[in-house]
Amino acid sequence: MQNELKVVSNATCTFCGCVCDDIELTVEGNHITKAKNACVLGKAWFLNHQAGEGPVARIRGKEATVEEAVEEAARILVDAKFPIIYGLSDTTCEAQRVTVAIADWVGASIDTTTSVCHGPSGMAFQGVGEITCSLGEVRNRADLVIFWGSNPAESHPRHWGRYSTMPKGLFVPNGRKDRTVVLVDVRRTKSAPAADIFLQIKPRKDFEVLWMLRALVKGLTINEADLIDTGVTLEQLQNLVDRMKACKFGVLFFGMGLSMTRGKHLNVEAALALARDLNAFTRFYANPMRGHGNVTGADNVVSWQTGYPFGVNLGRGYPRFNPGEFTTTDTLARKEADAAMIIASDPMGNFSQAARDHLASIPYIALDTKETSTTRAAAVAFTTATYGINVPGTVYRMDDVPIPLRPAFESPYPSDEKILRALEKKVLHLLKEKLQASN
Amino acid sequence: MNESKFSKEYLEETGVVQICPEDLTRLGLAAGDLVCIRSEQRSIEIPCVAAKEKELPSGLLFMAYGDWSSRLMGSDTHGTGMPNSKGTDVYLSKVCAIKKD
Ligand code: SF4
Repeated sequence: MQNELKVVSNATCTFCGCVCDDIELTVEGNHITKAKNACVLGKAWFLNHQAGEGPVARIRGKEATVEEAVEEAARILVDAKFPIIYGLSDTTCEAQRVTVAIADWVGASIDTTTSVCHGPSGMAFQGVGEITCSLGEVRNRADLVIFWGSNPAESHPRHWGRYSTMPKGLFVPNGRKDRTVVLVDVRRTKSAPAADIFLQIKPRKDFEVLWMLRALVKGLTINEADLIDTGVTLEQLQNLVDRMKACKFGVLFFGMGLSMTRGKHLNVEAALALARDLNAFTRFYANPMRGHGNVTGADNVVSWQTGYPFGVNLGRGYPRFNPGEFTTTDTLARKEADAAMIIASDPMGNFSQAARDHLASIPYIALDTKETSTTRAAAVAFTTATYGINVPGTVYRMDDVPIPLRPAFESPYPSDEKILRALEKKVLHLLKEKLQASN
Repeated sequence: MNESKFSKEYLEETGVVQICPEDLTRLGLAAGDLVCIRSEQRSIEIPCVAAKEKELPSGLLFMAYGDWSSRLMGSDTHGTGMPNSKGTDVYLSKVCAIKKD
């Protein structure tokens, strides 16, 4: 078994939101030796994959059986007054679905890593509406492609080759030659040399520039003085507006450079409103560049089960959505949460210090494939198998298209879903006991 | 990141601040020198490196998102769920030069 050689065709890479599902993996025993079609990030994801080390479960740092750890984890969640559940962007939709059920049973706040990346975009979608299309449509139709606050050359290396700028499509038969590519950013990133037009705007001026573009699209008069401190000239913006109105199919991909700078959801609302306005002249869309492999799945699963994509509280027995109130950074930094479950995420490594300090002071459960700062300080930690490489299931590409996973080999560790199903069962058992004791 | 968040590569990538070459010269800094970055909330000490030619304009610093960059964030999310993590004002000063053997 160890040295058995097999080839997995059409395997899915879950390293970034492109979720390329055309990877050909060569697998020797439990090592991936080739990952044909994968980009440099995808290759590193597959070829450097090693099953985690150490015990499958730990309680306060001591090795435990899965059963003991599940029991302790269930007790932490059931005993809490304000439990929170966070993460989910690097696991399957099947595991996400069980997690929402657990949140519902214990009356938790459920939140995903969306709240720290494109959460403001989710808020903007609710304010303006989503003017969206699939990456397949972009591939076959788009003749103007704009990237705003995103660096696909380094963050989504196959986005250009597979979907947005290079491929020969039905209505763009000459591929790159039929397209104009525009990059808007505060940095001249590695993506800049590959764009036809690069607009280097000043930091925190995204909203102003987008609003000026909207004005120009509507035919209003703008003076050079209105653009002071934005880093761009009227001529540059007018040129872009002319191209946007004249294209046959335009798309604006926006990244965290837009959603995470001052203005946040207002910046994204401006981008969406611009795309909406342009539909008076042509077909125009605005889509987020999503980062983690299944962060889009997390939005979808939490939305289909609660009605909202992230920052949802189920404490009153029905869902309430309020970013800023029920989002994880806030419930931790304000010291409201008294227990937590973190799935496939590392808030101890990338949250604000106040949030980290409070998380360290409450009992929490962590599920991850590798050791992180978060698993190290957890009351209960599970090591789980890696989705896509060891675990089958479903993920959503950044354009909301569901994609199946074709794993390479089995892991000695259980999947997130398996642990979560056992946890849900135990939680129900304890809740029943609690109910009986109170009657 | 796919190997480990404790790997040398990940820690090196997220544990430096990039400064444009002109600012490095202007401030008398060399790659590897320790600098102090102070935000409204906190300050950190971190080595600096030169950004690629023309990648950053003068006055703009770049840090990959991770442990160190997050330490500079506040906890107020302005009702969005995430504190400002990009485009924030910071002050930079030289701490010490790292001796190269
Ligand atoms: S672009 Fe993203 S999904 Fe595709 S191979 Fe590269 S890392 Fe994997």
